[in-house]
Amino acid sequence: MVAHKKGASRGSEEPEELARVPLQAILLADSFTTKFRPITLERPKVLLPLVNVPMINYTLAWLESAGVEEVFVFCCSHSKQVIDYLENSEWFSQPNFSVTMIESHNSVSAGDALRLIYERNVIHGDFVLISGDTVSNMSLTQALLEHKERRKKDSNAVMTMVIKRSKPSQIALQSRLGTDELFMAIDPNTKQLLYYEDKADHSKGSIYLDKLLLVENTSISLHNDKQDCYIDICCPEVLSLFTDNFDYQHLRRHFVKGLLVDDIMGYKIFTHEIHSSYAARIDNFRSYDTVSKDIIQRWTYPLVPDVKFFGNSSVKLERQGMYRASEIGLSRSAQIGPFTVIGNGTKIGNHTTITNSVIGEGCNIGSNVSIEGSYIWDNVTIGDGCKLRHAIVCAGVIMKSGAVLEPGVILSFKVLVGQQFVVPSYSMVSLLQQPTKQDSDEELEYADNSSGIVEIPSFAGTSDKSNGEMTSEQSESQCWPASQLGSGGAGYIWSICEGAYDEEWRHSVAPIPADKLAEAMDAADDDQELTQDGSILPPSGELKPDSNDSEDDDNEDSRDEMIYFEKEVEATFLRAVHENIKVDHVILEVNSLRLSYNKVAADCAGAIFYAMMKLALETPHTSAGELLQNATNVITKWKKLLKYYLADIDEEMEVILRFEEMCLESAKEFSPLFTKILIQLYDQEVIQEDAILRWDDEKKDADESDKIYVKQAEKFIQWLKEASEEEDEEEEGADS
Amino acid sequence: MDFQVVVLAGGTSKNLVPLVSKEVPKALLPVANRPVLSYVLELLELSNLKDLIVVVEGEDAALRVGGWISGAYVDRLHVEVAAVPEDVGTAGALRAISHHLTAKDILVVSGDIVSDVPPGAVAAAHRRHDAVVTAMLCSAPVSGPLESGSSSGKDKSKKPGRYNIIGLDPTKQFLLYIATGGELEKDIRIQKSILRAVGQMEIQSDLMDAHLYAFKRSVLQEVLDQKETFHSVKQDVLPYLVRSQLKSEVLLNGTLQPEENGNEKVSSQNNQLMLSRILSNASTPSFHQLYASGSNGFASVRRTHKCCVYIANSSNYCARLNSIQAFSDINRDVIGEARNLSGYSFSTQNNIIHPSAELGSKTTVGPHCMLGEGSQMGDKCSVKRSVIGRHCRIGSNVKVVNSVVMNHVTIGDGCSIQGSVICSNVQLQERVVLKDCQVGAGFVVTAGSECKGEALARKEK
Repeated sequence: MVAHKKGASRGSEEPEELARVPLQAILLADSFTTKFRPITLERPKVLLPLVNVPMINYTLAWLESAGVEEVFVFCCSHSKQVIDYLENSEWFSQPNFSVTMIESHNSVSAGDALRLIYERNVIHGDFVLISGDTVSNMSLTQALLEHKERRKKDSNAVMTMVIKRSKPSQIALQSRLGTDELFMAIDPNTKQLLYYEDKADHSKGSIYLDKLLLVENTSISLHNDKQDCYIDICCPEVLSLFTDNFDYQHLRRHFVKGLLVDDIMGYKIFTHEIHSSYAARIDNFRSYDTVSKDIIQRWTYPLVPDVKFFGNSSVKLERQGMYRASEIGLSRSAQIGPFTVIGNGTKIGNHTTITNSVIGEGCNIGSNVSIEGSYIWDNVTIGDGCKLRHAIVCAGVIMKSGAVLEPGVILSFKVLVGQQFVVPSYSMVSLLQQPTKQDSDEELEYADNSSGIVEIPSFAGTSDKSNGEMTSEQSESQCWPASQLGSGGAGYIWSICEGAYDEEWRHSVAPIPADKLAEAMDAADDDQELTQDGSILPPSGELKPDSNDSEDDDNEDSRDEMIYFEKEVEATFLRAVHENIKVDHVILEVNSLRLSYNKVAADCAGAIFYAMMKLALETPHTSAGELLQNATNVITKWKKLLKYYLADIDEEMEVILRFEEMCLESAKEFSPLFTKILIQLYDQEVIQEDAILRWDDEKKDADESDKIYVKQAEKFIQWLKEASEEEDEEEEGADS
Repeated sequence: MDFQVVVLAGGTSKNLVPLVSKEVPKALLPVANRPVLSYVLELLELSNLKDLIVVVEGEDAALRVGGWISGAYVDRLHVEVAAVPEDVGTAGALRAISHHLTAKDILVVSGDIVSDVPPGAVAAAHRRHDAVVTAMLCSAPVSGPLESGSSSGKDKSKKPGRYNIIGLDPTKQFLLYIATGGELEKDIRIQKSILRAVGQMEIQSDLMDAHLYAFKRSVLQEVLDQKETFHSVKQDVLPYLVRSQLKSEVLLNGTLQPEENGNEKVSSQNNQLMLSRILSNASTPSFHQLYASGSNGFASVRRTHKCCVYIANSSNYCARLNSIQAFSDINRDVIGEARNLSGYSFSTQNNIIHPSAELGSKTTVGPHCMLGEGSQMGDKCSVKRSVIGRHCRIGSNVKVVNSVVMNHVTIGDGCSIQGSVICSNVQLQERVVLKDCQVGAGFVVTAGSECKGEALARKEK
């Protein structure tokens, strides 16, 4: 590494340096995610072969062709492997292209990486920030020019992001690269990025844009049809920003969003859209599949198998997009389909069919094998009669004859699949045991925490089902020792970590199965329903307060809340009884409860009455008469508290209804005493006759079963009525 | 054209007190000495839309408006005047006259628009896309409230950008989002499902909803029937249709096209799709169709409907008379920048002085002014950028700047009127100084009073 530092400093000594800063790039040779596990436990992601060439070579080749002169390769996990590989590669002997390694052992995120690079003080001007898994053939000239122009005018324009048009699937809500759909708001004139939302929370049916955006710009373009290429042209300030904001970890989620939200510093991010050139980042197995196919279909020209750049051996392009190395042993009866790459030294047996696949070097494929849409790395041995569909098979794997890989299977290095064994779909198989959750949580936290979890709510239907599948699978996998990958097999089938069951089909190499699509579509439809009616209010604003949704939606909540509220009131009341707290203080406490639960006086009255009666019930008694006495005592003692909440007939009604309910359900002992206690309440002026009469009135139309207590109190009511009539007559008489 | 036009002429708008009164409902407020409603009616007439229903709030107002219309347009237009109760809102007004609607498509126009955008173009766009609703949008007027916010104190409290926030597809043909009024106080909330379907949405705040909509009648009636809480066309009906465009709840039941059922219906819909595609000259199907068929045979076909926009050319004039500020602005514009609207011919001095008007010596009437029939002005007066109505008597040494003076107004000597509106039959005694005032009809301003930014009116009731 020392040697390369020298190289860099020599560059700065040149007189030219003053006028021109060489274009620099930071290449993050660690994605700080775990999406490529279990493979990445053994080999860093950037060294995984992509169409038989380690990924980092694509990135480096592009950087060199785009005119970058100094590249700082940051490596963290498996840094030794990366350094060894690069040191033995031709990249160190290129003219006008220097590669410098920066090694770290404790970085857990891109943020840490950039902070470390900032400390090294190696970046002097604008630089390209890219991760080592990016494939592109775009020309940087235009983007750089725009970036520099903007910089001249506005020193706050710190970053230019490269984006590309790519419409995500409306059903699966992910791009063809398997990344989540991305919502961006861009100023159509200046191309400034105003809003960025990836890792979208699907449960939210809408996007919220700050209205202040529209004060500054009269128009905004909102995009769902763009893909982030993860190629950024940054100013040196970006590094210092990462240092200032030590909590920035993720480039997009923290840094980009942080800048967009922060309006104090006024840093701006701009976008540059590429149209005809290619740029994509390999973020998961699905994008590995997609990008591989793009390379085979030559979208990435000149980075294609038959053009020699770095690290690829020569292959020849034949008809139908078939690339064949010169020295392969191909049986005459083997059928090699379209869009297939076959590496050097590979032998293919009789009657074997291969379509849409990449086969590495030195593989040994037996007879009657069928391979479809699979990626087979170097030195793999596949026995006779094996079937592979949409699988990734790492180097050194041995599949004994008759083994079957169902779609989405990942076989990590040197796994042995036993004879006739069927590896179930989406399995991840490795010789290494799955790390326990604890030791990876830190990485996960910054890398992937939200990816699976946020998706759960919206795919409730999906998750329920796959939950069931998962648990069964888990239990299976737990009891599979290494030797049980079929007879003579070796490897552990990893259980799917929690929250990732959605990812298994979203991010797999296999195409999304139809049933998942249908499920996702249903979920999407449900989403929409949710958006239109139900919880989210119509934008008119006027309809809000009295629209019926409050009733529908809140019903459940309010019932729960009511229970909590009553419990609290009861506890307060009991405390008041036991500790002899003054009525005024109890009222204060109940009032505060009422406010915090957003209840009305009637609720309070009901709750207090309930508590009172319960107290009377719980006070020891032997006969109904004693119970009545208890109740009378409680009422006499606490009527002031109750009266406080009985401002109106409605509240009194609530008390009567409440009492009725108690007698019917929770405290049947009161049942025979109903009328007596009611009279007691009347006598003590807790409840007025109006309320009782109205209660009687309302019950007229009720079912017979609801009328028990009305009937019980019939005489009393009758008496009340007569009394009031007399009163009326008296009054009338007095008036006349 | 099978279009029926509903002109929502309003009643006595509270925003316009003291300009409006029981005698002068909003629709009859003069703009360059013509009732504002005449601008809409003549605009419609130009597009050959002659089958009109004018809806007025309040019986009295309806009588007055009806009286004026029958006088002015008796042989030119087929106009029905309908009265609806006050405060029913625009949706309520439409609901009230819903049974009068028979044509396939309905053009709903607000009666306070002063514009030269042809409504026929909106109707054509509506038909071309076979849309459920087409709204006319125009760029914010030149002397709109945005600018005037700084000039008059009243509007200052209102934030700039109180125009609608409108989301359009990249081709600017479809309406994907609309937010107005109170909604502007909150953040902009965009439905992801619509954004997903269309891929890209342009959100603009420099467009104004001109309150001219073409509706498919069946849909309009269905929405009005089903959503009884809807009060306003603009704030409830339109946003509802826009919101639900990818999950259409209208047109769902077969009652709309009872003659079609089963396969027949599907095929005829396909034909309609084809037809609309050919008509819209689109080589690629619109996102609605893509979305509707996007399920690749999964599940059922989704119901969509289209909400379209017609964006007026920015050279066209369009303004709504919905505030006192707008009243002054429109009066000024109609005799100024948008003079083609007034229907008058201008003199070489760029003003209109009725031949019967009398001017005293050394009295100057500047450009962009109008002096109505039979008005008299004394000596040494000066009128700049103002409209003066009919039969006004103006004394000597009077200055009128940026103001509107309606009919039969008496102005005493030495008055100075700036940025004000003087309603009919007002008497200003000598040396009255008014700045940014509104004087209600019949009011008498006593000699020598000075007012600034006040609304003066007789106490009614």
